[in-house]
Amino acid sequence: MDQSRRELLTGAAAFAGGLLLVSARPADATPASMQAAIRNMLGDVEIGKGKVSLDIAPLVENGNAVPMTVAVESPMTATNYVKAIHVFNEKNPKPNVISIHLGPRAGKASISTRIRLADSQRVVAIAQMNDGSVWSDEVNVIVTLAACVEGL
Amino acid sequence: MTEIAFAFRCVLSSVLIGTTLAAAGEIPMSERRSGYDMMSADTKAMQDDDTANPASLWVLEGETLWSTKTTNNKSCADCHGDTAQSMKGIAARYPAFDTKLNKPIDLGQRINLCRAEHQNATPFAPESRELLALTAFVARQSRGSPIVQDDPKMQPAIAAGRALFEQRLGQLNLSCAQCHDDNWGKQLAGSTIPQAHPTGYPIYRLEWQSLGSLQRRLRNCLFGQRTELYAFDAPEMIALEAFLMWRARGMPMDAPGVRP
Amino acid sequence: MAKPLINVPAKAKRGEVIEIKTLISHVMETGFRHSNIGEFLPRDIITQLVCHYNGEEIFRADLFPAIAANPFITFHTVATESGMLTFEWTGDNGFSATGQANIAVVD
Ligand code: HEC
Ligand code: HEC
Repeated sequence: MDQSRRELLTGAAAFAGGLLLVSARPADATPASMQAAIRNMLGDVEIGKGKVSLDIAPLVENGNAVPMTVAVESPMTATNYVKAIHVFNEKNPKPNVISIHLGPRAGKASISTRIRLADSQRVVAIAQMNDGSVWSDEVNVIVTLAACVEGL
Repeated sequence: MTEIAFAFRCVLSSVLIGTTLAAAGEIPMSERRSGYDMMSADTKAMQDDDTANPASLWVLEGETLWSTKTTNNKSCADCHGDTAQSMKGIAARYPAFDTKLNKPIDLGQRINLCRAEHQNATPFAPESRELLALTAFVARQSRGSPIVQDDPKMQPAIAAGRALFEQRLGQLNLSCAQCHDDNWGKQLAGSTIPQAHPTGYPIYRLEWQSLGSLQRRLRNCLFGQRTELYAFDAPEMIALEAFLMWRARGMPMDAPGVRP
Repeated sequence: MAKPLINVPAKAKRGEVIEIKTLISHVMETGFRHSNIGEFLPRDIITQLVCHYNGEEIFRADLFPAIAANPFITFHTVATESGMLTFEWTGDNGFSATGQANIAVVD
């Protein structure tokens, strides 16, 4: 590696390190605490795969505001509708992201928001139907530029 | 200081990737690209849709301030009328030379001059919510307007800005040009190095979780270079702003932008 | 207090499913950070958004610190009748903000 290349690489690494401050962080939510949060919210139910589609880009450039859409297949009629949508994550300090309460008047069970992702991790969306059944989808998201850099 | 890291978790990704690091020199006019072009589809969509762009919150506040009367019973609207007419293309040609002060000033300073001279009110602090809101509201009227920087009186500032841009600075001995002229498009710790065209300011930066000025953005790069941070509104800041606008002359404004 | 940005179509056909978009200024301080001088930053977030359509609740969201600053939330509803949609955000430290939008429903 020639001198100027090395110089730029070292410089660049230090540059990136200096861009942001590092703060202490508490224990992360873990897959286990996410499971516990899900049980807390829904009780000991069987969670089926399907009906829910969680849409998040698999690769995001900044974890501070990650666009997310959850849509649930449902006719949204008075007798067949989505009651609630819950979103959980594995590695933020807390497992809950958002809980939405809806009903037949929604017409369409589809919501969007922007979430924080502290790190590359799994995000899970769960839908509760009016008949008591529970469905889910999950996405693994890679956060390329987390909000700060932890030195080398 | 508000550059506090979002402290959920910090991860280090790769540093500069790429092999050709020859000084490529100035970017040919035809190859210039806004930072917008290098963003992900999601971030572009966030900027493009006014109902989703978080900067719209500041634009809305700016619109309110625009028609708020101060103690001398004057609002911006009283003198400038309909912004779509009076403020169209204005942000695209700042910094501009102020003949009364006999020096270049940027848009925030121009707005504060109106506060002081025409509204009998105290100027807003740099980076204050109010100043950013008014700047965003004024800059919004220049969407699509080509950047103009052709006043001969601005030449000394542009030349000073160019010298700063090309000068190696700080503990890392890096110049702005080494990254933004010579290595744009490459990855630096997970982010793509843009060409540094100030088309979108003020921007909502996801990293800041807030709106911020070009000066704040420049201070982030200066901080990264481990060099002295010029004070807000320092002549060096205005000179860098003027040079960057000259370098981006002809490119359309896309303010208020969203950037990672 | 900053005004929220609410986007509801001004006009819709009866029975049509419409999209509602909301954006509001808020730091959404997580309660897990320290300032650069080491001070603990206590949690300060919006905890709930509720939407009523002519008085009836049609949507409610419970927000957690993992919602990005300046919360952006979109959802749907069936345009049933002309009238008003009202929005209420509440949160830590007594935070409260409201907004409204009118809709004209035609057959
Ligand atoms: C080590 C490389 C490096 C150096 C040196 C550097 N920058 Fe940057 N600059 C970056 C990166 C990377 C970004 C984009 C950051 C991001 O997306 O998070 C950036 C962003 C910018 C932007 C924002 C562009 C946009 O699209 O909004 C401007 C303007 C800018 N830099 C100007 C400067 C100036 C002026 C200097 C010198 C004082 C400088 N930079 C020095 C790497 C650098
Ligand atoms: C009493 C009338 C008055 C009020 C009130 C006023 N301005 Fe001005 N503004 C002027 C005049 C006159 C100029 C031309 C420069 C000068 O002579 O000061 C100007 C210039 C400007 C310019 C630069 C335009 C250009 O062509 O470069 C901007 C931007 C601006 N004003 C924004 C504002 C904003 C924002 C407010 C409210 C905070 C405001 N003004 C309030 C009278 C006013």
